[in-house]
Amino acid sequence: MSVDAATVKRVAHLARIALPEGDVAKMQAEINAMLGFVEQLNEVNVDGVEPMTSVMPMAMKKRADVVNDGEIAAQIVKNAPQSEDDYFMVPKVVE
Amino acid sequence: MNAHVRAADPKQRIKGATGDWEIVIGLEIHAQVTSRAKLFSGSSTAFGAEPNSHVSLVDAAMPGMLPVINEECVKQAVRTGLGLNARINNRSVFDRKNYFYPDLPQGYQISQYKSPIVGEGEIMVDVTPTQSITVGIERLHLEQDAGKSLHDQHPTMSFVDLNRSGVALMEIVSRPDLRSADEAKAYVTKLRTILRYLGTCDGDMEKGNLRADVNVSVRKPGEPFGTRCEIKNVNSIRFIGQAVDVEARRQIGILEDGGTIDQETRLYDPAKGETRSMRSKEEAHDYRYFPDPDLLPLEFDDAFVETLKIGLPELPDAKKARLASQYGLSPYDAAVLVAEHEQANFFEAVAKGRDGKTAANWVINELFGRLNKESKDVTASPMSADQLGGIVDLIGEGVISGSIAKQLFEIIWTEGGDPRAVVAARGMKQVTDTGAIEKVIDAVIAANPDKVEQAKAKPTMAGWFVGQVMKASGGKANPAAVNEILARKLGLG
Repeated sequence: MSVDAATVKRVAHLARIALPEGDVAKMQAEINAMLGFVEQLNEVNVDGVEPMTSVMPMAMKKRADVVNDGEIAAQIVKNAPQSEDDYFMVPKVVE
Repeated sequence: MNAHVRAADPKQRIKGATGDWEIVIGLEIHAQVTSRAKLFSGSSTAFGAEPNSHVSLVDAAMPGMLPVINEECVKQAVRTGLGLNARINNRSVFDRKNYFYPDLPQGYQISQYKSPIVGEGEIMVDVTPTQSITVGIERLHLEQDAGKSLHDQHPTMSFVDLNRSGVALMEIVSRPDLRSADEAKAYVTKLRTILRYLGTCDGDMEKGNLRADVNVSVRKPGEPFGTRCEIKNVNSIRFIGQAVDVEARRQIGILEDGGTIDQETRLYDPAKGETRSMRSKEEAHDYRYFPDPDLLPLEFDDAFVETLKIGLPELPDAKKARLASQYGLSPYDAAVLVAEHEQANFFEAVAKGRDGKTAANWVINELFGRLNKESKDVTASPMSADQLGGIVDLIGEGVISGSIAKQLFEIIWTEGGDPRAVVAARGMKQVTDTGAIEKVIDAVIAANPDKVEQAKAKPTMAGWFVGQVMKASGGKANPAAVNEILARKLGLG
């Protein structure tokens, strides 16, 4: 499996990562090198093997339905480039 | 896709220029799970809080934060699955649905894609009190809600509030089994009733706690499904009906003009009565789903499900059947009563130890009618079940007549009090003493000799006398006694 330049640009756009035109070829080569490395796994026969979801056999930990977090609005918006009345402010997005 | 086909009642078909068309509808309902805390964090789900106050570092997707699932949300999803007669999957998996939007801080929504917690089921939907259809449920899965963006607070900026971010939702997907706007509305109504009975979603559509994506396509009867359009986020049952009709007519118009339907996402504008495309199509859904590495598969055993099953309340269909048989109610009355479980509870409190039909009449016609007029819920009724039951008792015992009972209802509604005491204090007791009634009748007859002559020629005139006697007695004369004595006195008997 390999990706072309258009796919690289599309993936960058979906992730909202700025990718200057001049970097596309370099990024494409890097991604294809990674995909090539991972491709080796295709050599292993995994017929009938369940996907492993945990190294140790364990059940998912669950929480009780108790409110014990939140009420920290000032901290939540603390790192926001811009905020007002504890709202995050972002460049206008309207569908 | 065409394997599961329900033929429409030909009456539901839409007449077009080129012949009849059939509408095919499937619904995706997003129902907010009733829980105190969010799906994967300990912050509150309460509505209407100050911006970003019900937000933890997990909900804001701060680096290094890990989701831990709320067990109650899992139970609520299983209860709902049981209420939808659906297969419960003892093992399900959470995936990441990736997309970019400012009110989605993670950059992905944790959802269930290939392995949902609930599989196929079905519910009975009453389209009319006497006609019901079976609607297939394809699946139910758990997912996170996103935050909320406000676009009208600032000329160039949008404001983002993450209070809803991470609240648990159940997405309930129906099969394309619905064939008209009325069926779609009846389906959502029934689903909402079931959720409210189960206590797994409050069904409050005004707050957005229940919203629908409506998939609509049209076809010539007997043909395969047409291309569908998805109308997003319709937030009232009335609008769901309108959106279906408007969209079906739009599609038929295009097809009859020789055009084709583009599969796309649309919005319904109730003010204009039209649906329109939500352009932003260039990046046609590319969610790049993959299993969320932060969460192990969700697993539970049969005993877990069994315990929840035992704890389920009586559901609407069972309650409707029981009320009909236990109290001898018509299917219509039973359907009205079970629409909300508080209504059914109120009725049962009134009917206990009394005549069921009389109780149903008074609860539905008088009480619900009055509550409706004042836009009140049965839980906010100023009249208690005991008080209304007291009125029903007085009617049953013959202490008051039907018309006096309505006056009594008004008094108890506005002033409160014990019906029996009010009747005694205000002299509203029905007069069954035939001697007293005879006196009134004699007086009326003596005052109207001309009418007496007319009545002898035309017996239906007796009704006029009944009216006069009831008026003279202030509505308290026993109507049966009046009829009988009058007939005798006028020589009509």
